[in-house]
Amino acid sequence: MAGRFVTRGFMGRRGAGAEADRIPPGQYVTRDFPVLSAGPTPHTPPDRWSFRIDGAVAAPVSWTWDQFLALPARDFTVDISCVTKWTKLDTHWTGVSVDELFGAVELGREAAYLVAWSDGGYTTNLPIADVVNGQAFVAYRYDGSPLEPAHGGPARLVVPHLYFWKSAKWIRGIQITDRDEPGFWETLGYHNRGDPWKEERYSGD
Amino acid sequence: MVNPLAWQLAELRAIRDETPETKSFTFDLPSWMPHLAGQHYDIRLTADDGYEAERSYSVASPPERIGEIELTVERIDDGEVSPFLHDVARVGDRIELRGPIGGYFVWRASEGGPLLLVAGGSGIVPLMAMLRHRNAAGSTVPTVLVYSSRTRELMIYADELDDLVAGGDGLTVVQTLTRSQPPGWSGYTRRIDRDLLAEVLPRVGEHARAYVCGPTLLVEAAADALVGLGLVSSQVRTERFGPTGR
Amino acid sequence: MDVPMAELDRALILDGNAVAGMLLDAFGSEMTAAEARCDHCGSIGFLATLIAYTRAPGIVLRCRICQEVVLRMVETPTALLVDARGATYVGHPRAL
Repeated sequence: MAGRFVTRGFMGRRGAGAEADRIPPGQYVTRDFPVLSAGPTPHTPPDRWSFRIDGAVAAPVSWTWDQFLALPARDFTVDISCVTKWTKLDTHWTGVSVDELFGAVELGREAAYLVAWSDGGYTTNLPIADVVNGQAFVAYRYDGSPLEPAHGGPARLVVPHLYFWKSAKWIRGIQITDRDEPGFWETLGYHNRGDPWKEERYSGD
Repeated sequence: MVNPLAWQLAELRAIRDETPETKSFTFDLPSWMPHLAGQHYDIRLTADDGYEAERSYSVASPPERIGEIELTVERIDDGEVSPFLHDVARVGDRIELRGPIGGYFVWRASEGGPLLLVAGGSGIVPLMAMLRHRNAAGSTVPTVLVYSSRTRELMIYADELDDLVAGGDGLTVVQTLTRSQPPGWSGYTRRIDRDLLAEVLPRVGEHARAYVCGPTLLVEAAADALVGLGLVSSQVRTERFGPTGR
Repeated sequence: MDVPMAELDRALILDGNAVAGMLLDAFGSEMTAAEARCDHCGSIGFLATLIAYTRAPGIVLRCRICQEVVLRMVETPTALLVDARGATYVGHPRAL
């Protein structure tokens, strides 16, 4: 790529020094919580909400909002990184581990991937290996309060070890698949897996 | 033939304070081409680590001002480019620009009128380009500008608008000051709404070409109101600047 | 915040004018005055009037009538990708 003109005096955003080793390459730390969206914010009321796991499973299962809230839940504190370069440290969530949810279904022998799908039509794909063993959860509280619609409420997926576009807002279900099915951003130039520590932002990275 | 897609290295020639929140920046362009009133330029800033920020700013100057462009920029606190322009940039700096860009929200004097211009906050900028072009081209089409600002101090181009009106060439400016007004103020004090537009519309009629620019909510309210008052929707052109007006 | 949340959502939303530069890059000519037919609901309008979601990993332009996706654009370090499947067509008026 040709040398780019550098603008005198423009610093961009700079990360904090002390936390440098917690910040993936190319990221800066933010204290606020930017809202990014590909569409209008859904506002699904609890009495119309459900969460479903289907696809390559022995039998599909679904929970109503009340049933979901009755599942064993825990608090999580994790760092999150968005592909648009902000990283937020020590975010506090409450939710249900994906391990807990998978405990309610029997995965098919061919099951290797999933598609997380949301109100509003958003999808993202993940290998099952990236959401088990405590790596992912479905959160419904952020920072001690119910998760706001702007940040993905009533419930969103949180997969902190990958770029945050994988943490589907307004999640309504997980479809288990035997083949990898690239989702909304993965089909338009973004990396299929999205590991921030390897800077896997775009396909080909 | 200049390619508006191509970045060029502009030189910042002048900075002028307009209001406590806005400044106008004059750029000398190596490859200037006449723009259309309403078009904008993109500015790109690059830090030494490769970090980039890019934003669009409407051209405030008319195409009759040859060789240079003036951009009027409101300082947004958590912005990336406007704080740089306001706080760091100085005359003589070279900054990457490209343009002119846009083809929908534009007006040429040759298209005639009447014109109904509706602005909120910094949405006045592209409309000011239209008024300056109208003036430079000697146009006398009946024109009404409805301009909403929070206070008189935050109103951009106030003196120049007074001068244009005083020129008596068919321009009327209707101001509304929504947060506070100077003593003796007898004008509007509320947000632009259907009733306000209904009172103003007879000066130009429902066959006027309307251009509405500013914060998204203001633009949508005004555009909906104008269509409700009888303007054909294709005659109501809109440009949304986001919550605060960019 | 004195603005209700749903209003704040709407306040942040821009229109096709906001991505005029990227559209110019993607299509090679001025596109805000080009019309598109939404493939989902059939409505026809200028690209300038599409609802633009710009605070995302990519740009999403949605139909003002039915809210479905008309155009998506992503800039990678090596390419500008455009998904126009949501538009039956995109077209410019001809100079007569």
